[in-house]
Amino acid sequence: MSGSTLGLRGGTARPSPRAAGAPVDPQIDRIVRTPEFKQLVAERTRFGLILTILMLVVYFGFIGLIAFDKSLLAVKVGGGTASLGLFMGVFVILFAFVLTGIYVARANTRFDALSDALKRSVGR
Amino acid sequence: MNRILLGLTLATITACAAYAAGPDLGAVTQSATNWPAIGMFLFFVLLTLGITYKAAKGTKSAADFYAAGGGISAGTNALAIAGDYMSAASFLGISGLVYTSGFDGLIYSTGFLVGWPIVLFLIAERLRNLGKFTFADVASFRLDQTAIRIISAVGTLVVVAFYLIAQMVGAGKLIQLLFGLPYLYAVVIVGVLMIVYVAFGGMKATTWVQVIKACLLLGGATFMAGAVLFKYGFNPETLFAASVQVHPKGDAIMAPGGLVSNPVEAISLGVGLMFGTAGLPHILMRFFTVSDAQAARKSVFYATGLIGYFYILTFIIGFGGIALLMSDPSYFKLGAAGTFDKLKDMIGGTNMVAVNLANAVGGPYFLGFISAVAFATILAVVAGLTLAGASAVSHDLYAQVIARGRTTEKHEVNLSKISAVVIGIVAIYLGYVFENQNVAFMVGLAFSVAASCNFPVLAMSILWRGTTTWGALAGGLVGLISAVGMVVLSKAVWVVTFGNAAAIFPYDNPALFSMPLAFVTIWAVSSLDQSRKAQRERAAFEAQFVRSETGIGAVGAHAH
Repeated sequence: MSGSTLGLRGGTARPSPRAAGAPVDPQIDRIVRTPEFKQLVAERTRFGLILTILMLVVYFGFIGLIAFDKSLLAVKVGGGTASLGLFMGVFVILFAFVLTGIYVARANTRFDALSDALKRSVGR
Repeated sequence: MNRILLGLTLATITACAAYAAGPDLGAVTQSATNWPAIGMFLFFVLLTLGITYKAAKGTKSAADFYAAGGGISAGTNALAIAGDYMSAASFLGISGLVYTSGFDGLIYSTGFLVGWPIVLFLIAERLRNLGKFTFADVASFRLDQTAIRIISAVGTLVVVAFYLIAQMVGAGKLIQLLFGLPYLYAVVIVGVLMIVYVAFGGMKATTWVQVIKACLLLGGATFMAGAVLFKYGFNPETLFAASVQVHPKGDAIMAPGGLVSNPVEAISLGVGLMFGTAGLPHILMRFFTVSDAQAARKSVFYATGLIGYFYILTFIIGFGGIALLMSDPSYFKLGAAGTFDKLKDMIGGTNMVAVNLANAVGGPYFLGFISAVAFATILAVVAGLTLAGASAVSHDLYAQVIARGRTTEKHEVNLSKISAVVIGIVAIYLGYVFENQNVAFMVGLAFSVAASCNFPVLAMSILWRGTTTWGALAGGLVGLISAVGMVVLSKAVWVVTFGNAAAIFPYDNPALFSMPLAFVTIWAVSSLDQSRKAQRERAAFEAQFVRSETGIGAVGAHAH
């Protein structure tokens, strides 16, 4: 869902926006052309998109069960009092937290390294 | 942090013991005047006023006022974000909902939480890289300043207004019950204190008030949940079994009940909660108070953990209420034959479950502590809302739209302070006017507007190259008007408030319809817009894109 995919669609759907004659900062143009920038954007966009979809699927799956299959959520776990729905609810909360953790871990290592490499290559 | 908190609590309790021994006025309005609670609350007020005084001395520039100079650390910001989110409504409301319906409380808890990953993956870092003080700075980065600032500021003010009314009325009612003070006193106290925090201390004071409150609330809730679990041998299964035994609905509380009656409603509620989070102006503002995108990213991670932990605590507290309070008549208004309805007759209503449970597990002083924390919670949340509203007026409407950038920083900050005073007075007035109105739908409406106006404008301007000013303006307006319109035509307003026979819009939550409508409008109008201005705006996407993805050229909020 990040800029590159949507942005590209916007760019190819109509004649190049640069034809409008707006001045383009040569520095910006140079950054966009670097392989580091392309890689950073592609990787982060893909990663963010995958995690977003995972979160949507898990949460709306839970909501969907509440809406369409209440009896499944009422099933008892291990012969006790706690229901399957309860475990799922707590799972959704933990899942959201873990997902943000995975993103931050990846961003702190991989994306920051790519970003630093980019800054070095454009001389900043 | 916990040790400080414990020390603080102990100090407050000892300080109040002497106070409580004083003369009992015996005046009973709604409830007897609760001196321990008032004493502890006064302690909180003095502490926060001290912080405000210190913050005021260090607040000189606009960056200091709006963004705390960009000097807030990721951990502190996470506590502040969590504090903004852990309102009295979620603490008392969700534990009350768990008390009456069991499982259904989890639907709200999960919905409120799952917006955070979305904020992190799509918004947080880009917002920090592009922005300065308000989210309108980001939305108007390459688009027309006047038009986008107006729609963003209107979206902000509408969200702030509904949220604020709900909080003010809640504060008045709560304080009537907890402290035994008249409704109007409570509303005025809240209004005046929030004006002082915001007008003098700006973002620094607002942040630290929120941080202290977050620690107190997390500490208090942890103790309560711990005490409940302790009584059941730290085995939740035993707690659940005991709850099912005494609850009138029996085993049904472990499964989804009547809260969500039909599938469309359930999904619409989920959409509103999830994406509303990504459009709340007072929360988005917090991303400008940290130094860079890395800190913004970490604050969301920590905040998600804190908020998730808090919701699990409210769930345990709700079940603790069932197990420990339901069979004790002293927490209920008794009928003629000494009978009571376990779900309806709780003293102070079911929103008081957490408060009554505090008494059950910790005695009267802990009850006072939790009451004071509940009041502090409202105060901290309204301060954050007021700052967001005041910033929209001064930074977006005045500086960019009316003065067209020809103003001084000092003048702008002064105007922001005046706005905070005006917003405070308006909030007191609205709190007074709405005393006997049904305001329960207003927080939901604030989330719906945030999801249908602020979030689409922000997301599309950052993420889609094709977005133009006309597209964003039209989409934002469509989202705003449809969200408000659908709520007005729904049961909560059309039937309950206006007294009509049947609702015109069949659902309580509009976001499933109003949010896609806003996105489609932005897309359609932008695509049709072939003006030279639109072409320039698309061409300017490249520079915005590089900065949003890399932070190259981003302003540090402290550098000016």
